Amino acid sequence: MIPRHLAIIFSVLVLSSLAMGVVLFHTLEKQHHAMLTGQDSAPTKAPQVAPPVEATLMVADDDDNSLRPQTLMLPLPADAESRAQAVLGKLLDLYAEKGSKHPIPGGAQSVGQVFLLPVESGDGAKPAGERQATAKATGVADTGPELAVVNLKGSFAASHPSGLEAETLTVLSICGTLKANLPRVAEVRFLVDGEERESLAGHVDLTQTYLTADAAAADTVR
Amino acid sequence: MLLACPGLSRTVWSQPAPPRFVVVLDAAHGGDDTGGHLNDGQFEKAATLALSVRLRSLLAARGIEVVTTRESDKSLDPSERAVIANRPRAQACLSLHAAETGSGVHLYASNLAATPAAKFMPWKTAQSGWVTRSLALMGVLNSALKHGGVPVTLGRTALPGIDSMECPAVAIELAPELDTDKKTVAEPDNPEYQAKVAGMLATALLEWRTEARLP
Repeated sequence: MIPRHLAIIFSVLVLSSLAMGVVLFHTLEKQHHAMLTGQDSAPTKAPQVAPPVEATLMVADDDDNSLRPQTLMLPLPADAESRAQAVLGKLLDLYAEKGSKHPIPGGAQSVGQVFLLPVESGDGAKPAGERQATAKATGVADTGPELAVVNLKGSFAASHPSGLEAETLTVLSICGTLKANLPRVAEVRFLVDGEERESLAGHVDLTQTYLTADAAAADTVR
Repeated sequence: MLLACPGLSRTVWSQPAPPRFVVVLDAAHGGDDTGGHLNDGQFEKAATLALSVRLRSLLAARGIEVVTTRESDKSLDPSERAVIANRPRAQACLSLHAAETGSGVHLYASNLAATPAAKFMPWKTAQSGWVTRSLALMGVLNSALKHGGVPVTLGRTALPGIDSMECPAVAIELAPELDTDKKTVAEPDNPEYQAKVAGMLATALLEWRTEARLP
């Protein structure tokens, strides 16, 4: 015969175990659901809602090998690098849309980062001393022409249509869009997954530095 | 007479051979480098080789000396292509490509800024001394293709092989032939379509030879 107090303790332990099991199951379900819906319970900084501003995208068209300016109102961040990434993301979103005249899968996620660096030498670059003097006189920082380093995702290069025209238009439209929205960007270099790559999709050279002026000049040979 | 005058004979025989009109045909890709996928499932490397063979035959039939970078499915890097193209001091170097996007024929010259040609040029930008002639060649090709009713788009690009070539060089990309409703009539590897375009290119090169005034 089991003593009564042992039977009570045993019953309480069994009930506690069942209750803990139910709680654990519900917690797991809740976490799984949160993970699937992309929720993050970690405290985050509230996003700043930027007012929409005018942005010009140089949109490529495979039919006539052209770049056409398209003006949109976009909520762009104030930071120049983030702004560059945002406009390029929108440009690649247009290319990923159904019915695009220059179809490329991937969209905005294809742009990893955009870095802006000063161009220290070359045509059009003022010496650092002259820029400092200008900044002192005007009270506005003159950083001179900039080099944009665009880091693309490997998945974008892998899924990009192969061809001279398609690859050239992509490069020129990125250069043209950067120039249209960040006029100081004079040169553009490309990386894929953080590394130099010989060509975009088997044709166009990605190792060279592109001049944003070339995107504008592209129309002159037609 | 020459045998009787050894000094004269030496003078005659030591003269360099007169320049001849030579065309280099560079079928892009090959071997492990398949190039792009065409809409009918074929690889770009096969379409470019087929076009190169057709064009070589047409040019040879017209008495034009042709040098090809490849005659089979083999890999060549851009530098090897440029070395082959630079050896014969050709008057035209055509890099042949095929694509599934766009329509008609896309003509591209190097995007390097023109510089005066010198005896020794930097390897990666050797084409800069020839860019002006390359643009002129592109104009002749454009005229012939347009005259034949083929839609043409022109542009400038950065293509490693072309950028190292010391000759008037143009990249020719054959895209699908479309009808007025934008429906595909012929893919770039279609034999009849290739023959039609190759005929126009051969006509253009004959005109280019006339301009060059070389045999």
